[in-house]
Amino acid sequence: MIASDLSIVLPEIILSLYAMSALIAAVYTSKDGQAPLLTWATAGMFVLMGVFIAIDGGGTNVAFGGMFVDDGFARFSKVLILLSAAAILLMSEGYMSRRGLLKFEYPLLVALAVVGMMVMVSAGDLMALYMGLELQSLSLYVVASLRRDSVKSTEAGLKYFVLGALSSGLLLYGASLTYGFAGTTLFSGIIEAVSTDVSLGLLFGLVFLIAGFAFKVSAAPFHMWTPDVYEGSPTPVTAFFATAPKVAAMALFARVVHDAFGGVVGDWQQIVALLSVVSMFLGAIAAIGQTNIKRLMAYSSIAHMGFALMGLAAGTAFGVQAMLIYMAIYVAMNIGTFAFILSMERDGNVVTDIRALQSYSTKEPLRALAMLVLMFSLAGVPPMVGFFGKFYVLRAAYDAGLGWLAVLGVIASVIGAFYYLRIVYYMYFGEETDALDGKLPPVLWVACIGSAFVLAIGWLPGVNLFGIEPAAAAAAATLVQ
Amino acid sequence: MIGIEHYLAVAAGLFVIGIFGLFLNRKNVIILLMSIELMLLAVNINLVAFSSFLGDLVGQVFTLFVLTVAAAEAAIGLAILVCFFRNRGTIDVEDVNVMKG
Repeated sequence: MIASDLSIVLPEIILSLYAMSALIAAVYTSKDGQAPLLTWATAGMFVLMGVFIAIDGGGTNVAFGGMFVDDGFARFSKVLILLSAAAILLMSEGYMSRRGLLKFEYPLLVALAVVGMMVMVSAGDLMALYMGLELQSLSLYVVASLRRDSVKSTEAGLKYFVLGALSSGLLLYGASLTYGFAGTTLFSGIIEAVSTDVSLGLLFGLVFLIAGFAFKVSAAPFHMWTPDVYEGSPTPVTAFFATAPKVAAMALFARVVHDAFGGVVGDWQQIVALLSVVSMFLGAIAAIGQTNIKRLMAYSSIAHMGFALMGLAAGTAFGVQAMLIYMAIYVAMNIGTFAFILSMERDGNVVTDIRALQSYSTKEPLRALAMLVLMFSLAGVPPMVGFFGKFYVLRAAYDAGLGWLAVLGVIASVIGAFYYLRIVYYMYFGEETDALDGKLPPVLWVACIGSAFVLAIGWLPGVNLFGIEPAAAAAAATLVQ
Repeated sequence: MIGIEHYLAVAAGLFVIGIFGLFLNRKNVIILLMSIELMLLAVNINLVAFSSFLGDLVGQVFTLFVLTVAAAEAAIGLAILVCFFRNRGTIDVEDVNVMKG
């Protein structure tokens, strides 16, 4: 038994052994001298594991008596997490080593965070869920305050730590109530206990669990840490926060509400729909006054999480499929946008004010065009792929009888388009200023232009969103029976 | 006779005190760490009470995991706090305000 269990968790075991042995090796050898090599090696491991998981075949495998579930849904999320983390690591190498930030701990902490995320999306038990979540969170707290000598970075780490610990506490309180009233911590046992009717205690547990998840996906009204943490952390770390952890937390959210509370969709649907509406509007309206592009991306991610939650609120297999497609597109858009943000500098200093982008198109027409595509895609302007993400979640909400939610989503999306288009306006019609002179190194060039290219051509008939639609459908079918 | 509801009431009380400690405290970041610890320990009381009430050991195993993670969390929190103190020279909650908006 134990051998087959271990073979199911093999990718996680390999990654954690890699992280631990590399940590020891780096301490005993040249310390930070090996950091660029370690960064590339870690990204290579991520890609290797992603390919390994992707071709590993189908079926649902359960390990350790149901505590760890390896199904199509988990595999889809894991591949997305691993590939996006690899892309972000490669993008951060140049930026961090130029600023003396590339310590050997950085790629290894990211590797440990990714192991935590992989456990999260595969959790079949409240204990496995908690351990995965904490492994991810504890690594991320440290990564947020990576720039030890900066007030902003350590303040970001402190705020993230305090609010993250609060959310873990809420989630844990919900887990304890769920355990007490369902009599088991296994999701398969909880879903049997709630199939008949939900006791008040279980309902409380569900609400606390959802509040904890809402913190982790930065859905309003539990979003208050996001702008500060995004602004204070070093930019590559911000890029990481905006991609892989969001996918993992959203997948975990879907896993718990469907695997453990799938029998009482009506009970959590209203809560998730409310979170979705509040996030979409808060993200759209609060971003209007922002001039710092990292804060702006924070509010943008809050709004995007609102849209992804709309797919989850539908409570159907199509809703989960729409959510997965939305997250995949969201990650692609964020990788491109952050590759651009990483190249924003003037005389070697980092610039984060969006007004510095004025008349950017006359100096760097290709990069301005790529940013235009990315901004249009984030706003959801039709030919770009970002529109199709929104289209799927709106359709899922409408099909599930949540027409009002879909209408509010369209309104929020129109409001939100303002601040994306303002960046485009600055770049093409802004008055002349000292243009930014940051170079775009090859890795960032590929990430920025490549992601813009992918988003611009994804809708073509022969491309069909690169086949993520059937993959997401197969993944969603394994989660929602 | 002390029943399960008494344990749950104590745990709920401690948990709420912890949350209020986080939000109302204006003095010191160390108090935030203590409040977080209080919340996690309230959860532990809940888990152990349920475990004994249900005659099921899983709750106690969960408690051991929570205790371990809480220790790791406190270690990381204090480490970040030390870095923050070196840069800012203070650990008053009101001074954690470089970023706003």
